[in-house]
Amino acid sequence: MNLQALTDLWLTYQSTVAFVGLNGLLALSVYASLSCGQLSLAQAGFMALGAYTSAILTVHAQLPFAVVVLAAVLVPALVAVPLGLPVLRLRGVFLAIATIGFGEVVRIFFVNLDYTNGALGIVAIPRRTQLWMIYGALAVVLFVLWRIRGSRAGYALEAIREDEPAARTMGIHASAYKLAMLVLGAGIAGLAGALDAHLNFMVAPSSYSFSRVVDMLVYAIVGGTSVFYGPVVGAAFLTLLPEVLREVGSRVGLQPGPLRLFVNGLVLLLVILFLPNGLVSLPRRLRGWLESRRSAAHAA
Amino acid sequence: MLLRLEDLHRTFGGLRAVDGVRFEVAAGEVHGLIGPNGAGKTTLLNLVSGLLRPSGGSVFLDDLRIDRLASHRIAALGVTRTYQNIRLFPALSAADNVLVGAHLRRVDPLWKRMLFLPGVRREESAARGRALALLARVGMADRAGERASNLSYGEQRRVEIARALASGPRVLLLDEPTAGMNPAEVASIAGLIREVARAGHSVLLVEHNVKLVMDVCDRITVLNFGKVIADGTPAQVAADPAVIAAYLGAER
Repeated sequence: MNLQALTDLWLTYQSTVAFVGLNGLLALSVYASLSCGQLSLAQAGFMALGAYTSAILTVHAQLPFAVVVLAAVLVPALVAVPLGLPVLRLRGVFLAIATIGFGEVVRIFFVNLDYTNGALGIVAIPRRTQLWMIYGALAVVLFVLWRIRGSRAGYALEAIREDEPAARTMGIHASAYKLAMLVLGAGIAGLAGALDAHLNFMVAPSSYSFSRVVDMLVYAIVGGTSVFYGPVVGAAFLTLLPEVLREVGSRVGLQPGPLRLFVNGLVLLLVILFLPNGLVSLPRRLRGWLESRRSAAHAA
Repeated sequence: MLLRLEDLHRTFGGLRAVDGVRFEVAAGEVHGLIGPNGAGKTTLLNLVSGLLRPSGGSVFLDDLRIDRLASHRIAALGVTRTYQNIRLFPALSAADNVLVGAHLRRVDPLWKRMLFLPGVRREESAARGRALALLARVGMADRAGERASNLSYGEQRRVEIARALASGPRVLLLDEPTAGMNPAEVASIAGLIREVARAGHSVLLVEHNVKLVMDVCDRITVLNFGKVIADGTPAQVAADPAVIAAYLGAER
Protein backbone atom coordinates (compact mmCIF):
# COMPACT_ATOMS: atom_id res chain seq x y z
CA MET A 1 0.00 0.00 0.00
CA ASN A 2 1.54 3.31 -1.02
CA LEU A 3 1.16 6.71 0.56
CA GLN A 4 -1.48 7.82 -1.92
CA ALA A 5 -3.75 4.91 -1.02
CA LEU A 6 -3.40 5.68 2.70
CA THR A 7 -4.27 9.32 2.08
CA ASP A 8 -7.32 8.30 0.06
CA LEU A 9 -8.43 5.93 2.80
CA TRP A 10 -8.11 8.71 5.39
CA LEU A 11 -10.01 11.19 3.22
CA THR A 12 -12.80 8.67 2.75
CA TYR A 13 -13.17 7.87 6.42
CA GLN A 14 -12.13 10.96 8.35
CA SER A 15 -15.70 12.20 8.61
CA THR A 16 -16.74 8.79 9.93
CA VAL A 17 -14.02 9.01 12.57
CA ALA A 18 -15.32 12.46 13.55
CA PHE A 19 -18.88 11.17 13.80
CA VAL A 20 -17.78 8.30 16.04
CA GLY A 21 -16.46 10.88 18.50
CA LEU A 22 -19.45 13.21 18.25
CA ASN A 23 -21.94 10.39 18.64
CA GLY A 24 -19.92 9.15 21.61
CA LEU A 25 -20.32 12.56 23.26
CA LEU A 26 -24.06 12.56 22.54
CA ALA A 27 -24.46 9.05 23.95
CA LEU A 28 -22.66 10.18 27.13
CA SER A 29 -25.01 13.15 27.46
CA VAL A 30 -27.93 10.70 27.68
CA TYR A 31 -25.89 8.46 29.99
CA ALA A 32 -25.32 11.30 32.47
CA SER A 33 -28.98 11.21 33.50
CA LEU A 34 -29.30 7.45 33.04
CA SER A 35 -26.52 6.96 35.59
CA CYS A 36 -28.93 8.06 38.30
CA GLY A 37 -31.90 6.26 36.77
CA GLN A 38 -33.49 9.20 34.95
CA LEU A 39 -34.57 8.80 31.34
CA SER A 40 -34.23 12.34 30.00
CA LEU A 41 -34.84 12.79 26.28
CA ALA A 42 -34.19 16.54 26.17
CA GLN A 43 -30.69 16.03 24.76
CA ALA A 44 -31.52 16.86 21.13
CA GLY A 45 -32.92 20.16 22.42
CA PHE A 46 -29.77 20.84 24.45
CA MET A 47 -27.67 19.96 21.41
CA ALA A 48 -29.70 22.41 19.31
CA LEU A 49 -29.18 25.16 21.90
CA GLY A 50 -25.44 24.54 21.86
CA ALA A 51 -25.26 24.38 18.07
CA TYR A 52 -27.30 27.55 17.51
CA THR A 53 -25.49 29.46 20.26
CA SER A 54 -22.15 28.60 18.71
CA ALA A 55 -23.26 29.32 15.15
CA ILE A 56 -24.67 32.73 16.06
CA LEU A 57 -21.56 33.70 18.01
CA THR A 58 -19.26 32.62 15.20
CA VAL A 59 -21.22 34.04 12.26
CA HIS A 60 -22.60 37.25 13.79
CA ALA A 61 -20.06 38.09 16.50
CA GLN A 62 -16.88 36.52 15.08
CA LEU A 63 -15.80 35.44 18.53
CA PRO A 64 -12.81 33.10 19.03
CA PHE A 65 -13.75 29.43 18.85
CA ALA A 66 -12.80 28.71 22.49
CA VAL A 67 -15.26 31.36 23.71
CA VAL A 68 -17.90 30.04 21.31
CA VAL A 69 -17.54 26.48 22.61
CA LEU A 70 -17.64 27.64 26.22
CA ALA A 71 -20.90 29.51 25.56
CA ALA A 72 -22.32 26.45 23.79
CA VAL A 73 -21.68 24.41 26.94
CA LEU A 74 -23.03 27.02 29.35
CA VAL A 75 -26.27 28.02 27.58
CA PRO A 76 -27.89 24.54 27.56
CA ALA A 77 -26.49 23.83 31.04
CA LEU A 78 -28.17 26.99 32.36
CA VAL A 79 -31.43 26.17 30.55
CA ALA A 80 -31.34 22.70 32.14
CA VAL A 81 -31.71 24.19 35.65
CA PRO A 82 -35.20 25.73 35.28
CA LEU A 83 -36.23 22.77 33.11
CA GLY A 84 -34.97 20.21 35.62
CA LEU A 85 -36.47 21.73 38.75
CA PRO A 86 -40.05 20.88 37.75
CA VAL A 87 -39.62 17.90 35.41
CA LEU A 88 -37.24 15.89 37.61
CA ARG A 89 -40.12 15.48 40.05
CA LEU A 90 -41.60 13.17 37.41
CA ARG A 91 -40.65 9.53 37.22
CA GLY A 92 -39.97 7.04 34.43
CA VAL A 93 -42.13 7.44 31.38
CA PHE A 94 -43.57 10.77 32.55
CA LEU A 95 -40.12 12.30 32.73
CA ALA A 96 -39.35 10.90 29.27
CA ILE A 97 -42.48 12.49 27.78
CA ALA A 98 -41.93 15.86 29.46
CA THR A 99 -38.35 16.02 28.18
CA ILE A 100 -39.42 14.98 24.67
CA GLY A 101 -41.80 17.94 24.90
CA PHE A 102 -38.89 20.24 25.74
CA GLY A 103 -36.90 18.99 22.74
CA GLU A 104 -39.82 19.66 20.41
CA VAL A 105 -40.36 23.12 21.86
CA VAL A 106 -36.71 24.00 21.15
CA ARG A 107 -36.92 22.66 17.61
CA ILE A 108 -40.15 24.51 16.82
CA PHE A 109 -38.73 27.68 18.39
CA PHE A 110 -35.86 27.62 15.90
CA VAL A 111 -38.20 26.75 13.00
CA ASN A 112 -40.06 29.97 13.74
CA LEU A 113 -37.07 32.17 14.57
CA ASP A 114 -36.41 34.53 11.65
CA TYR A 115 -33.06 35.61 13.09
CA THR A 116 -31.68 32.12 12.33
CA ASN A 117 -33.51 31.75 8.97
CA GLY A 118 -36.29 29.55 10.32
CA ALA A 119 -36.41 26.04 8.95
CA LEU A 120 -33.46 26.68 6.62
CA GLY A 121 -31.12 27.32 9.51
CA ILE A 122 -27.72 28.99 9.55
CA VAL A 123 -25.46 28.07 6.66
CA ALA A 124 -21.85 28.75 5.70
CA ILE A 125 -20.53 28.40 9.24
CA PRO A 126 -16.73 28.41 8.97
CA ARG A 127 -15.13 25.09 9.69
CA ARG A 128 -13.37 25.38 13.05
CA THR A 129 -13.69 21.89 14.49
CA GLN A 130 -10.59 19.72 14.33
CA LEU A 131 -10.57 16.02 14.98
CA TRP A 132 -8.36 16.46 18.05
CA MET A 133 -10.96 18.78 19.58
CA ILE A 134 -13.67 16.14 19.29
CA TYR A 135 -11.51 13.44 20.83
CA GLY A 136 -10.09 15.85 23.39
CA ALA A 137 -13.63 16.69 24.49
CA LEU A 138 -14.53 13.01 24.59
CA ALA A 139 -11.45 12.29 26.71
CA VAL A 140 -12.29 15.08 29.17
CA VAL A 141 -15.89 13.90 29.56
CA LEU A 142 -14.82 10.28 30.02
CA PHE A 143 -12.24 11.38 32.58
CA VAL A 144 -14.86 13.28 34.58
CA LEU A 145 -17.30 10.35 34.51
CA TRP A 146 -14.49 7.96 35.47
CA ARG A 147 -13.54 10.06 38.50
CA ILE A 148 -17.16 10.35 39.61
CA ARG A 149 -17.45 6.59 39.70
CA GLY A 150 -16.47 5.23 43.10
CA SER A 151 -16.61 8.65 44.76
CA ARG A 152 -19.12 9.62 47.42
CA ALA A 153 -21.17 11.28 44.67
CA GLY A 154 -20.79 8.21 42.46
CA TYR A 155 -22.21 5.95 45.16
CA ALA A 156 -25.03 8.42 45.72
CA LEU A 157 -25.92 8.27 42.01
CA GLU A 158 -25.93 4.47 42.06
CA ALA A 159 -28.11 4.46 45.14
CA ILE A 160 -30.59 6.84 43.51
CA ARG A 161 -30.70 4.62 40.43
CA GLU A 162 -31.37 1.53 42.53
CA ASP A 163 -33.95 2.90 44.98
CA GLU A 164 -34.51 6.62 45.21
CA PRO A 165 -36.71 6.81 48.36
CA ALA A 166 -34.29 4.54 50.23
CA ALA A 167 -31.39 6.70 49.05
CA ARG A 168 -33.16 9.78 50.40
CA THR A 169 -33.51 8.22 53.84
CA MET A 170 -29.72 7.70 53.81
CA GLY A 171 -29.45 11.50 53.65
CA ILE A 172 -28.78 11.69 49.92
CA HIS A 173 -30.18 14.87 48.39
CA ALA A 174 -31.57 13.01 45.37
CA SER A 175 -33.10 16.02 43.58
CA ALA A 176 -29.79 17.90 43.69
CA TYR A 177 -27.87 14.95 42.25
CA LYS A 178 -30.46 14.39 39.52
CA LEU A 179 -30.37 18.06 38.59
CA ALA A 180 -26.57 18.10 38.54
CA MET A 181 -26.47 15.15 36.15
CA LEU A 182 -29.11 16.72 33.89
CA VAL A 183 -27.02 19.91 33.77
CA LEU A 184 -23.86 17.90 33.04
CA GLY A 185 -25.66 16.01 30.24
CA ALA A 186 -26.97 19.30 28.82
CA GLY A 187 -23.46 20.76 28.79
CA ILE A 188 -22.08 17.68 27.00
CA ALA A 189 -24.87 17.83 24.41
CA GLY A 190 -24.23 21.54 23.85
CA LEU A 191 -20.53 20.85 23.40
CA ALA A 192 -21.26 18.16 20.83
CA GLY A 193 -23.70 20.52 19.11
CA ALA A 194 -21.07 23.26 18.73
CA LEU A 195 -18.42 20.85 17.45
CA ASP A 196 -20.94 19.35 15.02
CA ALA A 197 -22.05 22.77 13.72
CA HIS A 198 -18.45 23.84 13.01
CA LEU A 199 -17.71 20.54 11.29
CA ASN A 200 -20.68 20.44 8.92
CA PHE A 201 -20.89 24.15 8.05
CA MET A 202 -24.58 24.43 8.98
CA VAL A 203 -27.26 24.10 11.65
CA ALA A 204 -30.94 23.50 10.89
CA PRO A 205 -33.87 22.59 13.14
CA SER A 206 -34.48 19.32 11.31
CA SER A 207 -31.17 17.97 12.68
CA TYR A 208 -32.52 18.08 16.23
CA SER A 209 -35.74 16.13 15.90
CA PHE A 210 -37.01 13.38 18.17
CA SER A 211 -35.27 10.71 16.09
CA ARG A 212 -31.92 12.32 16.93
CA VAL A 213 -32.36 11.75 20.65
CA VAL A 214 -33.61 8.21 20.00
CA ASP A 215 -30.32 7.56 18.18
CA MET A 216 -28.39 8.81 21.22
CA LEU A 217 -30.41 6.59 23.54
CA VAL A 218 -29.89 3.57 21.28
CA TYR A 219 -26.10 4.15 21.32
CA ALA A 220 -26.17 4.17 25.11
CA ILE A 221 -28.35 1.07 25.41
CA VAL A 222 -26.51 -0.96 22.79
CA GLY A 223 -23.15 -0.11 24.36
CA GLY A 224 -24.39 -0.62 27.91
CA THR A 225 -25.19 1.82 30.70
CA SER A 226 -23.72 -0.12 33.62
CA VAL A 227 -20.29 1.44 33.01
CA PHE A 228 -19.42 4.95 31.88
CA TYR A 229 -17.60 3.97 28.68
CA GLY A 230 -20.44 1.70 27.46
CA PRO A 231 -22.28 4.47 25.57
CA VAL A 232 -19.10 5.33 23.64
CA VAL A 233 -18.67 1.69 22.63
CA GLY A 234 -22.28 1.64 21.42
CA ALA A 235 -21.89 4.89 19.50
CA ALA A 236 -18.71 3.65 17.81
CA PHE A 237 -20.28 0.31 16.92
CA LEU A 238 -23.47 1.77 15.47
CA THR A 239 -21.63 4.56 13.61
CA LEU A 240 -19.12 2.21 12.01
CA LEU A 241 -21.64 -0.50 11.22
CA PRO A 242 -23.21 1.32 8.21
CA GLU A 243 -19.75 1.79 6.69
CA VAL A 244 -19.07 -1.92 6.95
CA LEU A 245 -22.54 -2.68 5.65
CA ARG A 246 -22.04 -0.37 2.67
CA GLU A 247 -18.96 -2.32 1.67
CA VAL A 248 -20.72 -5.64 2.13
CA GLY A 249 -23.93 -4.38 0.54
CA SER A 250 -22.24 -3.06 -2.57
CA ARG A 251 -20.63 -6.45 -3.15
CA VAL A 252 -23.87 -8.39 -2.88
CA GLY A 253 -25.87 -5.67 -4.67
CA LEU A 254 -28.04 -4.36 -1.78
CA GLN A 255 -29.07 -0.72 -1.28
CA PRO A 256 -27.24 0.67 1.80
CA GLY A 257 -30.08 2.87 3.14
CA PRO A 258 -32.77 0.31 3.98
CA LEU A 259 -30.18 -2.25 5.02
CA ARG A 260 -28.75 0.17 7.56
CA LEU A 261 -32.09 0.83 9.26
CA PHE A 262 -32.89 -2.87 9.29
CA VAL A 263 -29.55 -3.85 10.81
CA ASN A 264 -29.71 -1.05 13.42
CA GLY A 265 -33.10 -2.29 14.54
CA LEU A 266 -31.88 -5.88 14.58
CA VAL A 267 -28.82 -4.99 16.68
CA LEU A 268 -30.95 -3.14 19.21
CA LEU A 269 -33.36 -6.05 19.46
CA LEU A 270 -30.59 -8.63 19.87
CA VAL A 271 -28.83 -6.57 22.53
CA ILE A 272 -32.00 -6.02 24.55
CA LEU A 273 -32.91 -9.70 24.35
CA PHE A 274 -29.52 -11.32 24.90
CA LEU A 275 -27.20 -8.65 26.34
CA PRO A 276 -29.29 -6.48 28.64
CA ASN A 277 -26.08 -4.86 29.95
CA GLY A 278 -24.97 -3.94 26.46
CA LEU A 279 -21.98 -4.76 24.28
CA VAL A 280 -19.55 -4.03 27.11
CA SER A 281 -20.86 -7.10 28.92
CA LEU A 282 -20.13 -9.32 25.91
CA PRO A 283 -16.60 -10.42 26.95
CA ARG A 284 -17.79 -11.47 30.40
CA ARG A 285 -20.78 -13.26 28.90
CA LEU A 286 -18.58 -15.13 26.44
CA ARG A 287 -16.17 -16.13 29.20
CA GLY A 288 -19.05 -17.43 31.32
CA TRP A 289 -20.46 -19.30 28.36
CA LEU A 290 -17.11 -20.89 27.52
CA GLU A 291 -16.53 -21.94 31.12
CA SER A 292 -19.93 -23.56 31.39
CA ARG A 293 -19.26 -25.37 28.11
CA ARG A 294 -15.93 -26.57 29.43
CA SER A 295 -17.33 -27.80 32.71
CA ALA A 296 -20.17 -29.50 30.85
CA ALA A 297 -17.59 -31.24 28.65
CA HIS A 298 -15.71 -32.36 31.78
CA ALA A 299 -18.87 -33.75 33.30
CA ALA A 300 -19.68 -35.68 30.13
CA MET B 1 -36.83 13.94 75.16
CA LEU B 2 -34.96 13.14 71.97
CA LEU B 3 -37.89 12.17 69.75
CA ARG B 4 -41.41 13.38 70.46
CA LEU B 5 -44.58 12.58 68.53
CA GLU B 6 -47.48 14.93 69.21
CA ASP B 7 -51.03 14.12 68.23
CA LEU B 8 -49.84 12.58 64.97
CA HIS B 9 -52.48 11.78 62.34
CA ARG B 10 -52.35 10.20 58.92
CA THR B 11 -55.36 9.25 56.86
CA PHE B 12 -55.53 7.34 53.57
CA GLY B 13 -58.88 8.26 52.09
CA GLY B 14 -61.30 7.36 54.87
CA LEU B 15 -58.84 5.12 56.72
CA ARG B 16 -57.22 6.58 59.82
CA ALA B 17 -53.93 4.70 59.69
CA VAL B 18 -52.40 6.81 62.46
CA ASP B 19 -54.91 8.51 64.69
CA GLY B 20 -53.69 10.92 67.34
CA VAL B 21 -50.52 9.13 68.37
CA ARG B 22 -48.33 10.72 71.02
CA PHE B 23 -45.29 9.25 72.74
CA GLU B 24 -41.66 10.11 73.44
CA VAL B 25 -38.35 8.35 73.02
CA ALA B 26 -35.52 9.27 75.39
CA ALA B 27 -31.85 9.38 74.41
CA GLY B 28 -30.24 5.95 74.61
CA GLU B 29 -33.60 4.24 75.04
CA VAL B 30 -34.88 1.22 73.16
CA HIS B 31 -38.52 1.97 72.53
CA GLY B 32 -40.74 -0.84 71.25
CA LEU B 33 -43.70 -0.22 68.99
CA ILE B 34 -46.01 -3.19 68.78
CA GLY B 35 -49.54 -3.92 67.70
CA PRO B 36 -51.56 -6.27 65.51
CA ASN B 37 -51.16 -6.23 61.72
CA GLY B 38 -52.52 -3.04 60.23
CA ALA B 39 -52.18 -1.11 63.49
CA GLY B 40 -50.24 1.66 61.74
CA LYS B 41 -46.70 0.89 62.91
CA THR B 42 -44.99 1.08 59.53
CA THR B 43 -47.02 4.18 58.61
CA LEU B 44 -45.73 5.75 61.79
CA LEU B 45 -42.11 5.02 60.85
CA ASN B 46 -42.76 6.45 57.38
CA LEU B 47 -44.07 9.63 58.99
CA VAL B 48 -41.05 9.96 61.28
CA SER B 49 -38.54 9.32 58.46
CA GLY B 50 -40.26 11.76 56.11
CA LEU B 51 -41.42 9.28 53.46
CA LEU B 52 -45.00 10.33 54.26
CA ARG B 53 -46.39 13.68 55.35
CA PRO B 54 -48.67 13.65 58.39
CA SER B 55 -52.27 14.73 57.92
CA GLY B 56 -52.00 16.43 61.31
CA GLY B 57 -49.83 16.71 64.40
CA SER B 58 -46.08 17.00 64.58
CA VAL B 59 -42.80 15.21 65.15
CA PHE B 60 -39.98 16.84 67.13
CA LEU B 61 -36.33 15.86 67.26
CA ASP B 62 -34.99 17.59 70.34
CA ASP B 63 -37.15 20.68 69.99
CA LEU B 64 -36.88 20.96 66.23
CA ARG B 65 -40.00 20.20 64.27
CA ILE B 66 -39.07 17.69 61.52
CA ASP B 67 -42.37 16.49 60.07
CA ARG B 68 -42.38 18.99 57.21
CA LEU B 69 -38.77 18.32 56.20
CA ALA B 70 -37.61 16.27 53.20
CA SER B 71 -36.43 12.80 54.14
CA HIS B 72 -32.79 13.51 53.33
CA ARG B 73 -32.90 16.46 55.76
CA ILE B 74 -34.40 14.28 58.47
CA ALA B 75 -31.61 11.76 57.90
CA ALA B 76 -29.06 14.56 58.13
CA LEU B 77 -30.50 15.54 61.52
CA GLY B 78 -29.83 12.00 62.73
CA VAL B 79 -32.81 9.73 62.00
CA THR B 80 -32.15 6.67 59.81
CA ARG B 81 -34.07 3.48 59.28
CA THR B 82 -34.43 -0.03 57.94
CA TYR B 83 -37.39 -1.35 56.01
CA GLN B 84 -39.86 -4.14 56.66
CA ASN B 85 -39.60 -5.18 53.00
CA ILE B 86 -35.81 -4.94 52.75
CA ARG B 87 -34.64 -2.11 50.52
CA LEU B 88 -30.95 -2.63 50.03
CA PHE B 89 -29.46 -1.45 46.74
CA PRO B 90 -29.53 -4.88 45.07
CA ALA B 91 -26.77 -4.36 42.48
CA LEU B 92 -24.27 -3.02 45.04
CA SER B 93 -22.12 -5.19 47.29
CA ALA B 94 -22.82 -5.40 51.01
CA ALA B 95 -19.85 -3.13 51.71
CA ASP B 96 -20.94 -0.58 49.09
CA ASN B 97 -24.44 -0.52 50.59
CA VAL B 98 -22.92 0.42 53.94
CA LEU B 99 -20.71 2.97 52.22
CA VAL B 100 -23.82 4.63 50.76
CA GLY B 101 -25.25 4.67 54.28
CA ALA B 102 -22.16 6.62 55.35
CA HIS B 103 -22.97 9.37 52.82
CA LEU B 104 -23.65 11.95 55.53
CA ARG B 105 -20.40 11.31 57.38
CA ARG B 106 -18.20 11.50 54.31
CA VAL B 107 -16.45 14.43 52.74
CA ASP B 108 -15.12 13.70 49.30
CA PRO B 109 -14.98 16.84 47.17
CA LEU B 110 -15.09 15.78 43.55
CA TRP B 111 -12.63 18.41 42.36
CA LYS B 112 -9.99 16.98 44.66
CA ARG B 113 -10.68 13.55 43.25
CA MET B 114 -10.31 14.92 39.72
CA LEU B 115 -6.83 16.16 40.69
CA PHE B 116 -5.85 12.88 42.39
CA LEU B 117 -5.05 14.66 45.66
CA PRO B 118 -3.73 12.17 48.22
CA GLY B 119 -6.19 13.10 50.97
CA VAL B 120 -9.05 11.74 48.91
CA ARG B 121 -7.66 8.24 48.79
CA ARG B 122 -7.08 8.31 52.54
CA GLU B 123 -10.69 9.41 53.12
CA GLU B 124 -11.96 6.67 50.85
CA SER B 125 -10.01 3.90 52.49
CA ALA B 126 -11.01 5.19 55.93
CA ALA B 127 -14.68 5.18 54.90
CA ARG B 128 -14.35 1.68 53.49
CA GLY B 129 -12.63 0.59 56.70
CA ARG B 130 -15.52 1.93 58.77
CA ALA B 131 -18.01 0.16 56.50
CA LEU B 132 -16.18 -3.15 56.92
CA ALA B 133 -16.02 -2.63 60.69
CA LEU B 134 -19.80 -2.10 60.76
CA LEU B 135 -20.33 -5.24 58.71
CA ALA B 136 -18.16 -7.12 61.19
CA ARG B 137 -20.30 -5.73 64.01
CA VAL B 138 -23.44 -7.27 62.45
CA GLY B 139 -21.55 -10.50 61.73
CA MET B 140 -21.28 -9.99 57.98
CA ALA B 141 -17.54 -9.37 57.56
CA ASP B 142 -16.99 -12.46 55.41
CA ARG B 143 -19.79 -11.47 52.99
CA ALA B 144 -18.69 -7.86 52.41
CA GLY B 145 -17.96 -8.28 48.71
CA GLU B 146 -21.15 -10.16 47.87
CA ARG B 147 -23.89 -8.49 45.83
CA ALA B 148 -26.79 -7.60 48.11
CA SER B 149 -29.25 -9.49 45.92
CA ASN B 150 -27.27 -12.71 46.45
CA LEU B 151 -27.49 -12.55 50.25
CA SER B 152 -30.00 -14.53 52.26
CA TYR B 153 -32.94 -12.82 53.88
CA GLY B 154 -31.40 -12.69 57.34
CA GLU B 155 -28.08 -11.49 55.94
CA GLN B 156 -29.81 -8.71 54.03
CA ARG B 157 -31.52 -7.55 57.22
CA ARG B 158 -28.20 -7.36 59.01
CA VAL B 159 -26.57 -5.42 56.16
CA GLU B 160 -29.51 -3.04 56.25
CA ILE B 161 -28.95 -2.38 59.96
CA ALA B 162 -25.25 -1.75 59.29
CA ARG B 163 -26.22 0.66 56.49
CA ALA B 164 -28.59 2.54 58.78
CA LEU B 165 -25.91 2.78 61.48
CA ALA B 166 -23.25 4.00 59.06
CA SER B 167 -24.29 7.65 59.29
CA GLY B 168 -24.02 7.56 63.09
CA PRO B 169 -27.72 8.29 63.70
CA ARG B 170 -29.14 9.62 66.95
CA VAL B 171 -32.37 7.71 66.38
CA LEU B 172 -32.45 4.36 64.60
CA LEU B 173 -35.81 3.18 63.28
CA LEU B 174 -35.97 -0.61 62.87
CA ASP B 175 -38.96 -2.05 61.03
CA GLU B 176 -39.26 -5.73 61.96
CA PRO B 177 -35.51 -6.42 61.95
CA THR B 178 -35.89 -10.10 62.85
CA ALA B 179 -38.64 -11.10 60.42
CA GLY B 180 -37.68 -14.38 58.80
CA MET B 181 -34.74 -15.05 61.14
CA ASN B 182 -34.03 -18.19 63.14
CA PRO B 183 -33.73 -18.01 66.97
CA ALA B 184 -29.93 -17.78 66.95
CA GLU B 185 -30.06 -14.87 64.51
CA VAL B 186 -32.76 -13.19 66.60
CA ALA B 187 -30.55 -13.47 69.68
CA SER B 188 -27.65 -11.84 67.87
CA ILE B 189 -29.90 -8.99 66.69
CA ALA B 190 -31.13 -8.52 70.27
CA GLY B 191 -27.52 -8.22 71.41
CA LEU B 192 -26.81 -5.76 68.60
CA ILE B 193 -29.80 -3.57 69.52
CA ARG B 194 -28.68 -3.39 73.17
CA GLU B 195 -25.16 -2.55 72.10
CA VAL B 196 -26.41 0.21 69.79
CA ALA B 197 -28.44 1.72 72.64
CA ARG B 198 -25.47 1.52 75.03
CA ALA B 199 -23.45 3.47 72.48
CA GLY B 200 -25.95 6.31 72.91
CA HIS B 201 -28.26 5.83 69.93
CA SER B 202 -31.98 5.68 70.56
CA VAL B 203 -33.86 2.85 68.89
CA LEU B 204 -37.49 2.80 67.85
CA LEU B 205 -38.23 -0.86 67.23
CA VAL B 206 -41.26 -2.18 65.36
CA GLU B 207 -41.36 -5.91 65.95
CA HIS B 208 -43.71 -8.87 66.05
CA ASN B 209 -41.41 -11.10 68.07
CA VAL B 210 -42.88 -10.45 71.54
CA LYS B 211 -40.05 -12.14 73.39
CA LEU B 212 -37.47 -9.92 71.68
CA VAL B 213 -39.50 -6.80 72.43
CA MET B 214 -39.90 -7.75 76.10
CA ASP B 215 -36.17 -8.54 76.35
CA VAL B 216 -34.61 -5.47 74.77
CA CYS B 217 -37.07 -2.60 75.18
CA ASP B 218 -36.98 -0.03 77.97
CA ARG B 219 -40.46 1.18 77.09
CA ILE B 220 -43.18 -0.09 74.80
CA THR B 221 -46.01 1.68 73.01
CA VAL B 222 -48.90 -0.46 71.77
CA LEU B 223 -50.90 0.62 68.74
CA ASN B 224 -54.25 -0.72 67.58
CA PHE B 225 -56.21 0.74 64.67
CA GLY B 226 -53.88 3.74 64.63
CA LYS B 227 -54.41 4.65 68.28
CA VAL B 228 -52.12 4.21 71.29
CA ILE B 229 -53.81 1.73 73.60
CA ALA B 230 -50.94 1.30 76.06
CA ASP B 231 -47.59 2.85 76.86
CA GLY B 232 -45.17 1.82 79.58
CA THR B 233 -42.47 -0.58 80.70
CA PRO B 234 -42.60 -4.12 79.28
CA ALA B 235 -44.08 -5.43 82.53
CA GLN B 236 -46.80 -2.77 82.62
CA VAL B 237 -47.73 -3.31 79.01
CA ALA B 238 -47.83 -7.10 79.34
CA ALA B 239 -50.30 -6.79 82.20
CA ASP B 240 -52.50 -4.20 80.50
CA PRO B 241 -56.03 -5.54 79.86
CA ALA B 242 -56.42 -3.43 76.70
CA VAL B 243 -53.28 -5.01 75.21
CA ILE B 244 -54.42 -8.51 76.06
CA ALA B 245 -57.81 -7.72 74.51
CA ALA B 246 -56.25 -6.37 71.33
CA TYR B 247 -53.99 -9.40 70.89
CA LEU B 248 -56.26 -12.20 72.08
CA GLY B 249 -59.73 -10.70 71.75
CA ALA B 250 -61.70 -9.34 74.70
CA GLU B 251 -63.24 -11.72 77.26
CA ARG B 252 -66.93 -11.31 77.70
